[in-house]
Parts: sequence; C-alpha cells; structure tokens
Amino acid sequence: MRNLLPVIFVPLLLLGCEPAPEAQQLAAVASKEAPLVVYSARKEHLIKPLFDRFTEQTGIAVSYITDSSGPLLARLQAEGKSTPADMLITVDAGNLWQAQKVGVLSPINSPILTTNVPAHLRDPNDSWFALTIRARTIVYASDRVDPAAELSSYEALGEPQWRGRLCLRSSKKVYNQSLVATMIAAQGEFATEAVVSGWVANLAMDPFANDSKVMEAIAAGQCDVGIVNTYYYGRLIKQQPELALALFWPNQLGEGAAGRGTHINISGAGVTAHSRQKARAQQLLEWLSEEPAQLMLMELNREAAVNPRVAPLPDMLAWGVFKADAVAVSEAGRLQVDAVKLMDRAGYR
Amino acid sequence: MLAVLLALAPIVLLLLSWRFDQSDIWAHLLATQLPTLLRNTLVLVVGVGVGVSLLGVALAWLTAMCEFPGRRFFDWALMLPLAVPAYVLGFAALGIFDFSGPLQQSLQGLLGERYQFVDVRGEVMVVAVMVLVLYPYVYMLSRSAFLAQSSDVIEAARILGLGRWGVFCKVELPMARPAIVAGVSLALMETLADFGTVAVFNYDTFTTAIYKSWFALFNLQAAAQLASVLLLFVALALAGERYSRGRRSFVQSVRRQRRQRLLLPQPQAFAASAFCALILLLAFISPLLQLLHWAVGEGLDALNSRYFALLKHTLLLGGAAALTTVMVALMLAFNRRRAAPHLRVFFDLGTLGYALPGSVLAVGLMLCFALLDREVIAPLQGALGLVSAPVLLGSVGALVVAYCIRFLAVASGPVQASLERIGDNIPEAAASLGAKRWRLLRHIYLPMLRPGLLTAAVLVLVDVMKEMPATLLLRPFGWDTLAVRVYEMTSEGEWQRAALPALTLVVVGLVPVVLALRQSSAGR
Repeated sequence: MRNLLPVIFVPLLLLGCEPAPEAQQLAAVASKEAPLVVYSARKEHLIKPLFDRFTEQTGIAVSYITDSSGPLLARLQAEGKSTPADMLITVDAGNLWQAQKVGVLSPINSPILTTNVPAHLRDPNDSWFALTIRARTIVYASDRVDPAAELSSYEALGEPQWRGRLCLRSSKKVYNQSLVATMIAAQGEFATEAVVSGWVANLAMDPFANDSKVMEAIAAGQCDVGIVNTYYYGRLIKQQPELALALFWPNQLGEGAAGRGTHINISGAGVTAHSRQKARAQQLLEWLSEEPAQLMLMELNREAAVNPRVAPLPDMLAWGVFKADAVAVSEAGRLQVDAVKLMDRAGYR
Repeated sequence: MLAVLLALAPIVLLLLSWRFDQSDIWAHLLATQLPTLLRNTLVLVVGVGVGVSLLGVALAWLTAMCEFPGRRFFDWALMLPLAVPAYVLGFAALGIFDFSGPLQQSLQGLLGERYQFVDVRGEVMVVAVMVLVLYPYVYMLSRSAFLAQSSDVIEAARILGLGRWGVFCKVELPMARPAIVAGVSLALMETLADFGTVAVFNYDTFTTAIYKSWFALFNLQAAAQLASVLLLFVALALAGERYSRGRRSFVQSVRRQRRQRLLLPQPQAFAASAFCALILLLAFISPLLQLLHWAVGEGLDALNSRYFALLKHTLLLGGAAALTTVMVALMLAFNRRRAAPHLRVFFDLGTLGYALPGSVLAVGLMLCFALLDREVIAPLQGALGLVSAPVLLGSVGALVVAYCIRFLAVASGPVQASLERIGDNIPEAAASLGAKRWRLLRHIYLPMLRPGLLTAAVLVLVDVMKEMPATLLLRPFGWDTLAVRVYEMTSEGEWQRAALPALTLVVVGLVPVVLALRQSSAGR
C-alpha cells in the first residue's frame, strides 16, 4: 500500500492547492449577488464569450454547466423547486417544446423579446425564444449536377432519378427529425412517408454520423446530393475551398407545400419556472436577442440571427438569400415523435 | 453493505420505470428495429468477446511467459491503448480508412478510375475498433495472473510429461481463468454500454434504442425499461459463468518465483515482436498520430491557463475516484469472501451498473441525489433556518460517489481475482501467530494484493479521466474536465479542435499506466 499511495497521491498533492473556481472569482469581482445560473446544451466555446461580455456590461455574473438536452432537462425536472438554474439554453425546437411541455419553463411578458424574435420562432405562450436560426438545405456536387434542371425540393430527392446518388446523415440526429416533422406539418404523414421511403431507396451509402461526412462523400464522388446545415458547409469550405460543392435552396417556387421555403431550425432559450431571479434572467435573455449579442452569435457559429434587424454576415450572404419555411417552429417540436416513428417505419436509420 | 445498496439504488430506480405502461413504444420498436438491433448487439458481443479473449490472452502470455526482442518494451506499451477513448479510435480509424482518408485516396491515385471506393463502416470495422480499445482489460488482468502463477506447478506439469502447449491449455489457462473472465466481462459490459463508438459507424445496437427512446421520443421511462432488460441479460451471463466455474478453487502458492521465461527460437521470436508491434501501431500509434496531425493543424492557442484548469480537474477527480473506488472494492471483496456462498450474489449485483449506458446510470444517480437533497437535506436545512439549496447535486463528493458506483466493476475485477489466489492458510497462520486485523491487512493481504490493487487503481483512474456522461451531468459549476471539452467539441462536429484535449487525455493517461508498471515490476 505504501507503494501504491504515491501513484494516486502525487497528482493529487501536486495539484491539491485548489484556488477558487473561476466562476466564483468572476462572481466575486462582478457583484456580491448570486450569479445567474444557466444550464446549456450549447457548448462552452459558443456561449462563454457572450456571458463574459454580458458580465462586463451589466456586472451580473453568469455561471453555467453544459450537457446535452436530455440530461439537462431530466436534472431540471428532478431538482424541481430547488433548482439553482435560472435559464435553459438548448438547440432544436423539439427540445424547447419538450421543456415547455414538462413545465420547467416560465412564460415571459417582454416587449423587447416579442419585437426581436418573430412570432413563428418562439413558443406560442412565450416560454421560450429562438436565439439563432440554422438553415438545413441541399448540397450538391457542382461538377456533376445542374441545379436549375435537376434540383427543386426536399421531396424531389425521393424521385427515381436520384437512385444511388443521395447521401444523408443518420435519422438519429435531431436536425433530420425536425426536417421530417415540418414535412409532416406541410403535407401530412402519408405523403411524407412516401418521400422518406424514396430517400431511403435512393441512398448511395448507409447514412453518415455527421454532416461533414455527407459532404466528404459527395466530394469524393460517392454520391451527388445531400442535405446539410449551412454552417457545416461554411466550415468545410473554409478549410478546403477547392471542393466542388455548392448549396441549393429548396422549396422556393410553387404553391403550398412545394413553395413553403427552406427548412430552418433554431437554438433558443427560456427562463426556468423556479428561477429565484427571473427579472435578471429575463434581462440576460433580452440582451441575447439584441444586436450586439446577435452579431456575436452569428460570428461564433455561422448561424443566422433571429433578430430581423441584424443583417447576415458577408460570407453567409454569398450563399444567396432564400425564403425560409414560415411554419411555427413549435410545430416541429410537436411532431418530432411522429417524425421519428415515421423514419423508423421507412427504414431510414 | 452501504456501498452495495448505494450502487443498487439506480438499478432499483430503473426497475421502478415498469410502473408505467410504455407498450406503444415497445410495439413500435419491435415492429421497426428491435430484431435488427438484437442481431447487431449479438454480433458485436460475440465478436468483441472472442476478439479480446484471443488478443488479450495471447499478448499477456507472450509478454509474461516468453522472451523475445522488445519484450520489456511491449510489456508495458501494450497497455497504452487503454488511455485511448473508444470513440476517438473509431473516429481516427474512419479518418484513415475512409474514402476521403489517405489510404483510399492514395489507392485511387495509384489505380485511377479502376479503383472503387469501399465503405469501411461495416461490422468488421466496429468489432475491430472495439477489440483494439478493450483488449487491454483482458491483457492487464491476465498478465498479472500469469505473472503470479507459481512456477512450481508449471515445472511439476512439465516433469509429468506435458508439452509446452499442454501446459498452456491444462495448467496456465485454467489457473488464469478468474482473471481472464473478469477482463472479458469488463470489456463486454463496456461494449454493451457503448453509444459513442457505434454512433460513429452508424451501427445500431440495443443501446441505440435506449437513446432513441430518451432523446428522440422524449420517453425516459421507456429508455429505463429497455436498460433494465439489458441489465437482465448481463446478470444472467455473469451468473452463468459463476455457475460453470463450480466449486473450483484458484488458490496458488505465493512463494517467491524464480521464473524461467520461454526463450522463443528465431523465427517465432521475430513473429512475436512483429505481432505486438502491429497491435500497438493499430491501437495506439495510429490514433495518436491522427490526433497529433489535427492538433498541430489547429494550433496551440487553446493552451492557456483555462486549459490547465481542465487538466487539474481531470487529475483531481480521477485520483480521488481511483482511491475511493479501490478502497470500496477491497472492502467489498473481503466481505464477499467472508459471506456465505449464497449471499455472494448480492455483492456481484453491485457491479452490474457498468453495463448500463453511461447517461442512463448518470441520470439514475442524479435522481437519487436529487431525491436525497429534496427529501432529507432540504427539510434539515429548513429546520436549521437555512435557505434550502441542493447540497449533493453538483458537489464534488457526489461526483466521486458516482464515479465509484460506475467503476466499481472495474476495480472489483482485479481485486477479487487477486484475492482468490490467496488461500486461507496464510492469513490463518498469521492470525494464529497473534496478528490482529489491521496487521493482517497491512502485512499479509496488501503486499500480496498489490499488483491487483495497482491494476484496479490505474484502470479506474484512466476510465474516470475518459468518463463523460456522469461528469457532464453532476459536475460542480466550473469543474470542466478534458473529457468534457472533448465532448463539447465533438458534439459540434469539430474533431480538429477536439484533438488537443483528446491528445492530452491520452498522454496524461499514460502517466499512471507507466507508474503502475514501474511499481509492479519493481517487486519482481
């Protein structure tokens, strides 16, 4: 045992002199009040710069933990009234909708937020608000596909001409679940299931684990089209500008479902039902929807601002302007379970 | 006793989920995917089980019993893959062998249009990756079992006319059985719990259904029911092994051994070196190079004081958890040894949690802590006139307890296996000479158990450093670790930026492995 102890204790002793965690230091500098506590499914490198700026400007300290949505929601529910959390930040309408449904969010009456966040991008009861918009669109091999002649809509990718030419990400990713949920909202389950079955029949390869792999497969000539979030495209093209890949905005023309616009998803936030400092939490939420924070959000992850007065960044404008699907994003949340079951039935893995 | 109860609490919570009727989800899963998932899971378990047994035992036997060029180096180097998180190897392997990777691209460059890209994300690849990551469990445990084997028995077997192969099959292998089984069970439990690696290959297993029920269908109850079915299978498999072992005893002489290693003749010695080198290359060097390539491409801007805070938290938590877990495992092993045989099952139950997907166990523990906070501590705080606030949830103590419960199986394997090698006669002799309990522990048990305890501590330390779900959910504010940073980057698809923390994790994981090896070989 004497020989065992050093193995474990040496690192402990070397590092044992633990100074106060940074969150506490920040809090001590910024204010004597308790810091705002945020549970975030957005990752640290995408939120910390914002919180730092907020603390600088208002003197209100923010501490946070990051995790995926499911565990954070389970923790909020389990903690109930004694939760330390004042705000939940998460990605995807489905997760926000679920958080509202289980009652961990509190409705907010804020003219600032209702001005800055369009109605279809927030909860019908104003329990949550979108912060950023991410478009999920079609990417194609620009050397093999003529977009004007061949591409039109998500639905058209299920037609026989694309047999063996389509690459998709796994249906286990929430982005695809939301996309299919809004398809159900636009044209019903029956038509949507036919489309998804068409996609599965057209797949060139087994679905991929992420959007980047979809684009790499198209660039390597394994398939000709795919569906990805724009910021993954932005990131890949920045690293490898020589790739023959281009974006196409689907569902721009025509009446009804065919011309409903390109699918968008959101990241968003809400004040928790049992927050003890709702006013300050609301202040943070409002601050996040204003121009300076919205600009930072765009720059951090190449997503579009939710605030209509904030213009897209130049490199995002270069992808072209598009009409976005105006369906309430809460619909995507409501229909997500149906979408998952539908994709399972269609054999989309 | 308390430890076992605590370890069982999340499992009991899982069973409570059956109060709710989730038959529609079950019907949906059954109709759409459950048969495929069960088939895939079976393939994975059989493949990984056979793979880690063959690879782990073969390597352990070579380095422990034979002599060949480079043996001293491979002896410790072959444990290094333990420090590589499975999903990292998965992603690195995909990066190398995928159609956009260097291998297939250069093949196409050579053969031109005639070369057809191959989709490598098949079953073979998933099994291979899991085997390469998990074989060190079997290797480490069976290595220390082989090293501890009494050369008297082996010599006796040789004198009685057994050949080299006969000695291996009839003496060495059966004597190492508890250790091998312990290693293989750990590897298989981890295989069943894995979600990250199979997700890289879009390979659906039973765990996929658990996560789908929770994250996509928003049904934690159904997820808990699925998880408890998974546990039932694991429990049955473990019980089966115990039963087939029967009443055999694995007690061995612990007289100081003068081992004569088998000197391999020239071609075989070369083959042994080449084999060890190949495994090391595939399981450790190639992912390390891939990570290094990414990390250098990304630059070292992230190396600031915050980064060192991550490192510090990782080591502190890992060290505290390793110490606690090994102590608890030792206590359990002693109590289990003293307990009546039919009660021993109770102690084994406490280690089942390792087969649960990390997030599910983490949520189970979180619910337990939340319950204690709400029902016990909050009223207490109220009575004392304090503001009620969660004390356990989000505290370092609770996190260490969580690690302890999650990795109890990891520590118990080596501790129990080495305890089983000690007969009753030595402690009895010492006791009859008047040694009291602590003296017995300190002068008899601990020195004899040292290799096993060291192995256990290293395994837990390295596992805790890699651990994500419990750390994410239960950590105090600001207590981010390297694994948390890796998770944050990879979940955004930023593999290049995840490379630096992942690389650090691997390098830091090496330190305890190497230290422990120094210790364990110094005694010989």
